Amino acid sequence: MTYTQLALSAVVIAVTVDLFVIKTTLLKRKVFWTSYAIIVGFQLLTNWWLTSRNIVMYSPDAIIGIRIASAPIEDLLFGFALVLGVLINWIRLDASNKQR
Amino acid sequence: MIGFTIFGSIWLEFVLKVKVLRRYKQAIKAILPVSLIFIVWDAYAISAGHWWFDKEQILGIFGPFGIPLEEYLFFTVVPLAAILTIEAVRTVKKHWQVYK
Repeated sequence: MTYTQLALSAVVIAVTVDLFVIKTTLLKRKVFWTSYAIIVGFQLLTNWWLTSRNIVMYSPDAIIGIRIASAPIEDLLFGFALVLGVLINWIRLDASNKQR
Repeated sequence: MIGFTIFGSIWLEFVLKVKVLRRYKQAIKAILPVSLIFIVWDAYAISAGHWWFDKEQILGIFGPFGIPLEEYLFFTVVPLAAILTIEAVRTVKKHWQVYK
């Protein structure tokens, strides 16, 4: 699979887990989108640094070719899935710890 | 860039007293399972040639699956920064509902 396909799959899995499996429904919360807006700002900055200096390089065959702040657009999907995945888990654990 | 991410988010622990580092066991439980999936992805992407790193600009220390040390730090620090961010938003916006 290409990076594009993997990144899209990761987003679909994370969204499915949030809305239908664990049902944290973070995607319906202002608190998530506000946090993500802060995080994605910093991600664009670090992405730009790492890719414009060629610290990380990508195979043209693995990506669709659209770049934002010098990094492949797939990186934003990758980052979104990582952040959503971790926050689903954190909020889930937080809720169950508080119930005890 | 890893240092930048740490310093950009760690102050939230002390200034806003989000108590994420104090709940380090919960943080580890939230981060580890998600990071492991992404590390498997990283290992696959490196072996398939989706992305690679400039040998001159990394430490040159490699962990399991031939993944650079920086990648392991990335999958620890970025999720932690995301958790610190959402907890900071929750601290500032206490009336915003999150899960149950």
